[in-house]
Amino acid sequence: MSSYLESTARERLARLFDAGSFQEFLPPSSRIVSPHLGQLNAPVAFDDGVAVGRALLDNRPVFVAAQEGGFMGGAVGEVHGAKLVGMLRRAILKAPDAVVLLLETGGVRLHEANAGLIAVSEVMRAVLDVRAAGIPVIALVGGANGCFGGMGIVARCTNAVIMSEEGRLAMSGPEVIETASGVEEFDARDRALVWRTTGGKHRYLLGDCQALVADSIDDFRAAAIAQLETTISPALTLDALEQEQALLAARLENFGHVREPYDLWRTLGVPDPEALPLLEAEAFVALVDSHRLGAR
Amino acid sequence: MDWHTLTAALFPQGASIVEAHQVLTGEGTVGDTTIAVVGTTGHTPIGVDVALAQARFILQTVREHPGRPILILVDTQGQRLRHRDEMLGINAFMAHLGKCVELARRSGHRIVALVYDQALSGGFITSGLMADACYALPHATIRVMGLPAMARITKVPEERLTELAVDNPVFAPGPENYLLMGGIQEIWRDDLSARLIEALALESTGDVRPALGLARGGRVLSQRVIAAILAGQDTLAP
Repeated sequence: MSSYLESTARERLARLFDAGSFQEFLPPSSRIVSPHLGQLNAPVAFDDGVAVGRALLDNRPVFVAAQEGGFMGGAVGEVHGAKLVGMLRRAILKAPDAVVLLLETGGVRLHEANAGLIAVSEVMRAVLDVRAAGIPVIALVGGANGCFGGMGIVARCTNAVIMSEEGRLAMSGPEVIETASGVEEFDARDRALVWRTTGGKHRYLLGDCQALVADSIDDFRAAAIAQLETTISPALTLDALEQEQALLAARLENFGHVREPYDLWRTLGVPDPEALPLLEAEAFVALVDSHRLGAR
Repeated sequence: MDWHTLTAALFPQGASIVEAHQVLTGEGTVGDTTIAVVGTTGHTPIGVDVALAQARFILQTVREHPGRPILILVDTQGQRLRHRDEMLGINAFMAHLGKCVELARRSGHRIVALVYDQALSGGFITSGLMADACYALPHATIRVMGLPAMARITKVPEERLTELAVDNPVFAPGPENYLLMGGIQEIWRDDLSARLIEALALESTGDVRPALGLARGGRVLSQRVIAAILAGQDTLAP
């Protein structure tokens, strides 16, 4: 069993999809690098921290992207974002069975500030365009850098999010919140609290992720195949969004006053919340499935 | 600019807009057309509550007033930086807001946004940047974060960033730079009502921002990278 967390983006692509099936668009040999990093004396990468292309997943054609957390935390710059948008727009033309996004990113690459912000917005629009074309989009979150910032929003614009317990999905990083609002607001060094607030198990309980798996590429693969088979109607509808509105309003109503994730889990009726962090993914899912919220 | 002054200038025929917890909702009239208006004021941070309130109004507009154009008024200091918001899944609330705007667009509502004061980061991605076209007033502040914070995180000296910001649209805040990069369609300098009528008359064209960034010289690689991938080529067109 190989760890998803410890693998690089390209190792994930090689092992998660059918062997030898990944074909890259604008591969590193094209040497398209960031036009902005050089003037800051920051290193560049020949793939700008993301690989995009097509592959087979259980013999079905899919379009894919994998962000490399090892390069600038997987953050989105001009080229990185444009590669994602290019792949997503090409997916609309070629109609694969799904688009699978292996997200590991801090969000906007601050070295490319304004260009990164617009690029993330373009990725978000492109993901929704793919869904509108009837193609499901599936996001996988299990890298060491988590999935943050605008890309945390993008993840929730997909049809399904698959996470490992080690994966983190959120908007602002705990350090940013601690800096802005003080250590009593969010102690970024309290790793257990950080995990309870943004980790895969919490997101699964809230209904913000559809499948929770162990930190294994094989398990992510199996979950992605399962999602491929179950996502029937990818496009947005008024009914579905009104339902999401009601679910989020209920979440706010029921938990808006709660300060501690343990208390939120307790309110959900989960027995012995303090024991949840210790459970393996499979045992956790079996225990909480009747208690988790049903967003989406 | 105060939102009362702003909406009076946008809607000389009259508007009925209310502020509740720094969220603006209501409608205004231009010619024979009623425009749904939604937005924020007081540089309010976009937390879970603010995102949900705006989403509710947009869904209600789609349900009750099919095809009615929507004007998004942007003034925010960015996403709310609180533990509570993160615990509740602020990214899910903001994505929901973005999806509601997208649904409205796909249901035939023209979506125009106007940055009339501040637009920052996450608060901007699911509002102004989701519109068919986003406009700005000349004195608007648009940015990802301030240069001091950017210097801390990127470990690039603030002096160097300040120097680069002088003539590099990527680092410098402000509507002019977002205009060059294609993120802002146009800056509205006068007669806001006339500008709004023009903007509402335009057709939705899909996301043309990468092409605008190339044409205006502020973001020269994005469109070429997209075009190369669409064409299945491994090199960029010159």
